[in-house]
Amino acid sequence: MSGFPILSLMLAVPLVAAILCLYAGDRNARMIALVATLIDFALGVVLWANFDIGGAQWQFVERADLFGRFSYKLGIDGMALMLIMLSVFLMPLCILASWDAIKQRVGLYMAMFLIMEVVMIGVFMAQDLLLFYIFFEAGLIPMYFIIGIWGGANRKYAAFKFFLYTLLGSVLMLIAMIAMIAEAGTTDIPTLLNYDFPVEMQTWLWLAFFASLAVKMPMWPVHTWLPDAHVQAPTAGSMILAGVLLKLGAYGFIRFMMPMFPDASAQLMWLVFGLSMVAVVYTSLVALVQNDMKKLIAYSSVAHMAIVTAGLFAFNQQGIEGALIIMLSHGVVSAALFFCVGVIYDRLHTREIDRYGGLAVNMPAYALFFMLFTMASIGLPGTSGFVGEFLSLLGIYEASSVVAFVCTTGIILGAAYMLYLYRRVVFGELTKDDVKAMPDLNPREWAIMAPLAAVALWMGVYPESFLAPMRSDVTTVVARLAPAKPAGDAHLAAGKPKPAAAHGENAHGSSHAGGVQ
Amino acid sequence: MIQAIVFLPLLAALVAGLGQRAIGPFASKLVTTGALFTSCALSWPIFLSFVMGTGEAEVVTVLHWVSSGALQFNWELRVDTLTAVMLVVITTVSALVHLYSWGYMEEDPDQPRFFAYLSLFTFAMLMLVTADNLVQMFFGWEGVGLASYLLIGFWYKKPSANAAAIKAFVVNRVGDLGFMLGIFGTFLVFGTVSIPEILAAAPGMAGSTITFMGMRLDTMTILCLLLFIGAMGKSAQLGLHTWLPDAMEGPTPVSALIHAATMVTAGVFMVCRLSPMFETAPIALGVVTFVGAATCLFAATVGTTQWDIKRVIAYSTCSQLGYMFFAAGVGAYGAAMFHLFTHAFFKALLFLGAGSVIHAMHHEQDMRYYGGLRKHIPLTYWAMLAGTLAITGVGIAGVAGFAGFHSKDGILEAAFAAGGGGVIAFWVGIFAALLTSFYSWRLVFLTFYGKPRWEQSEHIQHAVHDDHGHGHDDHGHAPKADGDGTAGYHPHESPLSMLIPLGVLSLGAVFAGFIFAHPFIYPEEGKAFWAGSIAFDEHLMHLAHEVPTWVKWTPFTVMAIGLFLAWNSYIRNTTLPARFVAQFKLLHQFLYNKWYFDELYNILFVKPAFAIGRFFWKRGDEGTIDRFGPDGAAALVAGGTRLAVRLQSGYVYGYAFVMLLGLVGLASWAMVNFL
Repeated sequence: MSGFPILSLMLAVPLVAAILCLYAGDRNARMIALVATLIDFALGVVLWANFDIGGAQWQFVERADLFGRFSYKLGIDGMALMLIMLSVFLMPLCILASWDAIKQRVGLYMAMFLIMEVVMIGVFMAQDLLLFYIFFEAGLIPMYFIIGIWGGANRKYAAFKFFLYTLLGSVLMLIAMIAMIAEAGTTDIPTLLNYDFPVEMQTWLWLAFFASLAVKMPMWPVHTWLPDAHVQAPTAGSMILAGVLLKLGAYGFIRFMMPMFPDASAQLMWLVFGLSMVAVVYTSLVALVQNDMKKLIAYSSVAHMAIVTAGLFAFNQQGIEGALIIMLSHGVVSAALFFCVGVIYDRLHTREIDRYGGLAVNMPAYALFFMLFTMASIGLPGTSGFVGEFLSLLGIYEASSVVAFVCTTGIILGAAYMLYLYRRVVFGELTKDDVKAMPDLNPREWAIMAPLAAVALWMGVYPESFLAPMRSDVTTVVARLAPAKPAGDAHLAAGKPKPAAAHGENAHGSSHAGGVQ
Repeated sequence: MIQAIVFLPLLAALVAGLGQRAIGPFASKLVTTGALFTSCALSWPIFLSFVMGTGEAEVVTVLHWVSSGALQFNWELRVDTLTAVMLVVITTVSALVHLYSWGYMEEDPDQPRFFAYLSLFTFAMLMLVTADNLVQMFFGWEGVGLASYLLIGFWYKKPSANAAAIKAFVVNRVGDLGFMLGIFGTFLVFGTVSIPEILAAAPGMAGSTITFMGMRLDTMTILCLLLFIGAMGKSAQLGLHTWLPDAMEGPTPVSALIHAATMVTAGVFMVCRLSPMFETAPIALGVVTFVGAATCLFAATVGTTQWDIKRVIAYSTCSQLGYMFFAAGVGAYGAAMFHLFTHAFFKALLFLGAGSVIHAMHHEQDMRYYGGLRKHIPLTYWAMLAGTLAITGVGIAGVAGFAGFHSKDGILEAAFAAGGGGVIAFWVGIFAALLTSFYSWRLVFLTFYGKPRWEQSEHIQHAVHDDHGHGHDDHGHAPKADGDGTAGYHPHESPLSMLIPLGVLSLGAVFAGFIFAHPFIYPEEGKAFWAGSIAFDEHLMHLAHEVPTWVKWTPFTVMAIGLFLAWNSYIRNTTLPARFVAQFKLLHQFLYNKWYFDELYNILFVKPAFAIGRFFWKRGDEGTIDRFGPDGAAALVAGGTRLAVRLQSGYVYGYAFVMLLGLVGLASWAMVNFL
């Protein structure tokens, strides 16, 4: 594979297809989009198959110098690979999900999705800071149009809110990036990753990045754009928003903030932990009282993302790997849950939970898939949700038992709001006539549900497939953070019998030395 | 072989669950039942080989699961004595319950789904007991929780069943919170989640301290307590018990399998599996003893007042689990496991017998409307009698008795012998045994003796007046005149598929204690039998066998008193209970309403959760964040209402968007030229 510009090809395929879609008729546009996204998925599989696990950190590197310091430089590591796989996997499913639901301006819609794919995988591939920024912010544009044009009744308010939130953070991040380039004299991300910024400067850069990334995550209290955006977005828009766009924030944390500003990350760890703890409890409780299915799942996303941020800032292998697995798992499962909402929305055109009930009778296949994804969202062992949640919470515990305790209460509340939702939609007596008339899944819907279900189970039973490519990258980040890492709150002290205590001490890392606080 | 035992039920569940439309209900039932009988047939030789002393402990690795830094664990199946005991309990009861369900669920349209859930449950339970690491145990733990949720809510059209299902899952999750934190802490301290490694290293950790939630605590105590919270949830111990009585909303075979014989004993199994760890934490063991004894007493008191036949047995289960826990708490793990073993048989028998009664009485579950059923369903009566003799512990000290006699007396003697808190547990256990005898015989007398009181039952009236539309035509001779309390209804004995399991379990209820007492709780034989799979305390068991004679006879005496009280109240002088209730109204209300736990939790947790959620949503998100955030910013920028109008038309955000793009362009230009 060496030398073949596969990453550029993956960017080019949807880009070309997007242009074609603009000029093709409605039916052709659908087909073009589907074929293009499937080709990209196939390329992704090739990419994964050729990725050398345990090899060089950056693989498939391409570089073309443009003007000034700005260069077109692509390359991926294991974390980027997995997130690219998530994107190219979800894309064809999103196109299929929009197949019948979108009837107006289909060509434009498909073009927007394809452009979205370009910028999403571009974010994960970019190795130049400026290139990254362009992709990162450009991701807003197609999403903005998808909500604004094909959204629900209140789409303009939602699009505006989405925009306003992200604008503020973006500007701060851009300023921070300019400062970084001025200080380090390069835009090359791998170089920046090993550049030691002065500690006091790190704090400011960290805060500027945080302003942008916290909105993207979204973290409490800048999360309120998400429920509105989800509610108004068309089904596929919600799928990709929850599936991939929400992961950009966390990707920014692990790619930039933590390795580039390790001291600031350690100093401000309390801020991230604090906001995450609030988010888990607060948004879970809010999810409990929602009447709108999409809002409920949107709030649950905020709670899940809070465990991601807390897991990342645990600064250890389990916490970070767990957070990454939650990102992948949540990408699959929340996309699937939004699709589950979409399936019945297409039939009854309401998201109101109380309008449904008793679907287990006339839609048994749907009920089964919905149950599986509900369980995956709750984090039932054997599904993808468990592995990520377990690892990250375990990592968090090593850092702080208090944070772990508060975050773990999310498993109780998560079960409560998801099962309560499921009960109201699927169980109960089938009484309403229009609900009775709803047919079970059609083949197209099966084709979307089945792969999502398969991946959710695969990730739960054999997560090694997903952990292995990312392992050395996480180790690198952990090593980078090690000098700044504060000691956990456990302070295990040996009692009378000495020998075993040493064993326990070894177990949770020798990195206790040299805390900054 | 162990792979076949564990994975056959899973395979059958998948075939029956996913392929039901292709293969039809009959084949679905056949596949699942066949798989379970095969598993059962494969399990008994393993168990017997351990009884004979020829069994070898082994661990079979199936698949790698997770590795993350120092944390490594596999999917693996462990077989040792402790597992072998659980294997036979699970597969035997499950196979019999599968068979029983052929008859009990005959009229249900969703049978394949039911059988698939049952098999899925069995798979998860087997994964739990074969776990060699804590995470796989947690997998099984949650897997049985899922199956329990699905089966409690099996009749998903009933709101009460759905509510009970969610309650079971969520209350168990509270326990799981403790379990998970326990696993995290264990990994932090020991650097592994492998059970044998933890148990080997545990004694070395005794006396060490750790900070947990800002408190400086003894390491082993806090770890054991966290894990025990998990056990409390699954085994419905006081505080986290509220889901178990409600779980009776599920079909009766489910209650027998999951909520009596197997799943609810998972907590006891966990404590026994980790017994070498608990041995290093005396304070934690004290808590286990206390919680066990308290549950034992609490549930028995509530059991005396309930009218629903299944609820009586449910509280009885809760109470018996309390016995098992305080046995474990005083260090008599062998006795705890022995009671788990015998209890599985006689409690499954009681539930299935109750199911047979309910089946005969056209789904009436209220014992007030039973009576005089002995002659109508004699086989069920004899089976229930065997179960009752077993649970009340009828037997002659030093000679032989029914199953519960050997195991319960074993527990009480061990508790007495252990001294200290054990003696308190002993007396609590004795008092609970009195209550056990009372409510068990009360159940039998109300159901099978006296005159029929069926005519007040709506279910029976429906059955009679619906003109036998439910397949009871063969018994439907001309309804006789009223006055005998039967309303002309003719209960019918259950079909063979239900009677065979009752028969087999009756054998267990009668003989299991007598046959297996030696390997389970006798000092020398026990040591050889358990072979280190639990922390078997030979010395304690010696002491237990040498307790004073009065200690050995007290359980029998209180059993006789309970029997007499029940007979006196429900056969000899049937007005007595009503007079008693009138006399002690408050006490009765307190017990009848289950000590008001549900009401308390509703006020403390459920309602506030919803209220706070609504507050955060309306006042937090909408009232504060949005108001001063995006909405406020919008108002500020363009001066209030004018903007709102434009916002509607959608121009402003368009401008703002162009602004952003311009800014990006400008910044890029600046960066390129400037740096």
